[in-house]
Amino acid sequence: MSATLATASYIGATILFILSLGGLSNPENSRRGNLYGVIGMTIAVLATVSGPHVTSAGYAWIIGAMLIGGSIGLYAARVVRMTQMPELVALMHSLVGLAAMLVGFANYIDPAASAEFSGAAKSIHEMEIYIGILIGAVTFTGSVIAFGKLSGKIGGSPMLLPGRHWMNLAGLLVVIWFGREFLHAESIDAGMMPLVVMTVIALLFGIHMVMAIGGADMPVVISMLNSYSGWAAAATGFMLSNDLLIVVGALVGSSGAILSYIMCRAMNRNFISVIAGGFGTEGGAPAAAGGTQPAGEVNPILAAETAELLRESKNVIIVPGYGMAVAQAQHTVYEITRFLREKGVNVRFGIHPVAGRMPGHMNVLLAEAKVPYDIVMEMDELNADFPNTDVAMVIGANDIVNPAAQDDPTSPIAGMPVLEVWKAKTSIVMKRSMATGYAGVDNPLFYKDNNRMLFGDAKKMLDQVLTALKA
Amino acid sequence: MPQVIGVPKETAAGEKRVATVPEVVEKLIKLGFKLAVESGAGDAANFSDDVYRAAGAEIVAGAAKLWAASDIVFKVRGPSAEEIGLMREGGTLVSFIWPAQNPELLQQLAAKKATVLAMDSVPRISRAQKLDALSSMANIAGYRAVIEAAHHFGRFFTGQITAAGKVPPAKVFVIGAGVAGLAAIGTASGLGAIVRANDTRPEVGDQVKSMGGEFVTVDYQEEGTGVGGYAKVMSEGFLKAQAAVFAKQAKDVDIIITTALIPGRPAPKLITAEMVQSMKPGSVIVDMAAEQGGNCELTVPHQVTVKHGVTIIGYSDLPSRLSKQSSTLYATNLFRLSEELCKTKDGIINVNMEDEVLRGTTVVKEGNITWPPPAPKLSAAPPAVAKPAAAPAAKGKGHGHGGGGEPASATRTAVMFGIAALVFWFVGANAPAAFLAHFTVFVLACFVGYMVVWNVTPALHTPLMSVTNAISSIIAIGALVQIAPPLVGGGAARPEQWIHWLAWVGIALTAINMFGGFAVTQRMLQMFRK
Repeated sequence: MSATLATASYIGATILFILSLGGLSNPENSRRGNLYGVIGMTIAVLATVSGPHVTSAGYAWIIGAMLIGGSIGLYAARVVRMTQMPELVALMHSLVGLAAMLVGFANYIDPAASAEFSGAAKSIHEMEIYIGILIGAVTFTGSVIAFGKLSGKIGGSPMLLPGRHWMNLAGLLVVIWFGREFLHAESIDAGMMPLVVMTVIALLFGIHMVMAIGGADMPVVISMLNSYSGWAAAATGFMLSNDLLIVVGALVGSSGAILSYIMCRAMNRNFISVIAGGFGTEGGAPAAAGGTQPAGEVNPILAAETAELLRESKNVIIVPGYGMAVAQAQHTVYEITRFLREKGVNVRFGIHPVAGRMPGHMNVLLAEAKVPYDIVMEMDELNADFPNTDVAMVIGANDIVNPAAQDDPTSPIAGMPVLEVWKAKTSIVMKRSMATGYAGVDNPLFYKDNNRMLFGDAKKMLDQVLTALKA
Repeated sequence: MPQVIGVPKETAAGEKRVATVPEVVEKLIKLGFKLAVESGAGDAANFSDDVYRAAGAEIVAGAAKLWAASDIVFKVRGPSAEEIGLMREGGTLVSFIWPAQNPELLQQLAAKKATVLAMDSVPRISRAQKLDALSSMANIAGYRAVIEAAHHFGRFFTGQITAAGKVPPAKVFVIGAGVAGLAAIGTASGLGAIVRANDTRPEVGDQVKSMGGEFVTVDYQEEGTGVGGYAKVMSEGFLKAQAAVFAKQAKDVDIIITTALIPGRPAPKLITAEMVQSMKPGSVIVDMAAEQGGNCELTVPHQVTVKHGVTIIGYSDLPSRLSKQSSTLYATNLFRLSEELCKTKDGIINVNMEDEVLRGTTVVKEGNITWPPPAPKLSAAPPAVAKPAAAPAAKGKGHGHGGGGEPASATRTAVMFGIAALVFWFVGANAPAAFLAHFTVFVLACFVGYMVVWNVTPALHTPLMSVTNAISSIIAIGALVQIAPPLVGGGAARPEQWIHWLAWVGIALTAINMFGGFAVTQRMLQMFRK
């Protein structure tokens, strides 16, 4: 295949990738979108392999690598549980980062790759390598740590080293300094040292950055790493002068950036403060930050009474959170939903943008449990409906239903958009205990007169509710 | 030394309520207080002295002795002149006061160096709902209004077909859908009547429907929500349009229940004499605003009168007519207030003027009149909330994200453009042409990505991440072109093995992503079903 034909194929692949993302605008044509992506990828790979840059000597190697990698990937995709999706995604990000690093190094040590450049073009080419490896390295270790945190192999609480911002700044300065050294290196061997030093610093930075971020900020981190993996691909594209890589990298990069933005907005926090780590670290101890501590008695409720309430209601809204995923309660939730819907109860789900550990996590879990997507609503779609709702059930969520975000201007989460479950006639909160949520803020919802607390493991309690409903 | 809460017998004529009930006495004692109840205080509400005694209260004979013994007095109605005389210097009083209507009462209490908390002045914020006695009383009044109407109405409420003939359902029109109005709507529709309701605040339409009523709108553009979720005075044009609607309803319905009140003003006259005349004989009007002058021109406060064949009920003591229920709810409201006053649970109250709820409720503090309070920071239903909640829905498609949120301010936009221009100028001045070509592609691709991704429905954000993940394995191309390139002028020392293996590992890694990413996305998308 000639070089021009390969380029033309790349254009086709680019269009297919854009259509693939566009297909996700609604669930009906999303499957076709995914198919476009597969076709695009196939075209891109085949065009490259049969193109002028690959000789037949490499075919066996390529097929071998593809077979090994492909089988691992397909196996992982088959066995992964939907609750583990965030971990899988994080792990995959790390692979992209690592691959970008490897490609960068391979490109640098290949004298043939830079032979055609000289002068300013050579400097730019080297800068592209440097930046490509930098982003790749940060993505790699950052994603590995994110994977560790999500799978519980590393503790979820933020690790805040003293003077961590200064450490990061020092790292950045060192990276810039060695970048200069790297550009002025006479030979490939001389340039290797700065490149390796930078890589090590970037790897450490990736670890440090994600270690400092707490569990519930994970939706932001995952989307951010998603974005980074895109930028890494784009940088590689610049390095190889390959427009397809640049376009795809830019698509993925901006997609991740938009997701991070949506997540930050849903938490009413700005991006920098999430990345800087911790929660409310600027405002002293998180627990003390609240102006007025809500007080009063909570009203506990039993599973049988919950079932009674549900049976008598016409409109029910269920608000799931990370707790539902942890307890693996989504199937029982669906059983209850199905039972109530058959009885003519209007059951809907209210999803907060940051519920769970990655964007859209709750939707996927509910979809897995066969909950039809047309009764799964966004926060904005049904917040106005709570006054007409008989029962609002909160399953394993806390901060996203905290009325203090609206009522208490001194609250650390003031201004964060929340689901207004307290406006329902009765709200039922399922929780293990009275512990505070991620933000460390007490929740006045629990003390409201129309609120009931159903204490216990979400799965166990919901099973009891279901049994009581069917009785 | 715990403080003593005294509960005297209500002295106002016909007042059957009492400010505490035995159940609440126990709870107050748990807060550390001592309770003194005047002998016979609960008789009219069916709570005997013995029950109070069993709950732990001390029974005191005679008002004078009780007032003298009490640090804090809980009452329902505002104190009479004699009661103020009995009051201890510097004591605390909690009751309904209506400070706007009774300035001289406020002066007298201030002269006693008293601290007075007015249960009618509890701020309308979410946190204070549990001590909102106005709402709990209004709820009872709304229920009772329907019961009174049913009592004077000569027919069934519900439609029936009986052996003796067909009975049409009664039609009830409720004016004002506040707490009382909603309670009346719920009660009347519970009895089987056809219920319609009107309110100047359009946002209560859904609440009316939720109680089983039909919302009748006045076709005139004006926002009727005032501060704190209450109604406000409307313009003349609106009033005309409203009167036309009411006149039409009056001809049609059997029962009208009016609850229209504007805080601190006489009740608006909504039902004219002509409208009463136009009603069918035997119809009933319950004027729940009778005490503030009435919503109907012909209302005689505190009495039931028959004019033009229409029974007009002007009772102003509807909650008192359900004395056991209203005493229980009012006592619970007072208990919630006591909790706010005594957070330490040691039986000593602390009127903390920093607390928004207590600040609003306190009308006299140690002899200084503190009414009216500063405007509340957050109201129960801020008028602004309704609009943004409606806006995303109006965008249709349900995606909710307009494409970047609010438009940035002009200066910010200008600065952004400035920075962008500088960056482009720098790139254009320094970079070689080949780079610029790629740079163009890059910038355009960023924009395409931006446009496309904003269209993705939030429900599919997880598949979006996994598919972008799969797509980013396009980096494989970088590895593919390195694994076995055609060598041109191969003289240079090329570390063949290194490059080969780096590229090979790169291909294997990206292959995991490529196959795994698409496969898992497909798996997820297949689960999304209607």
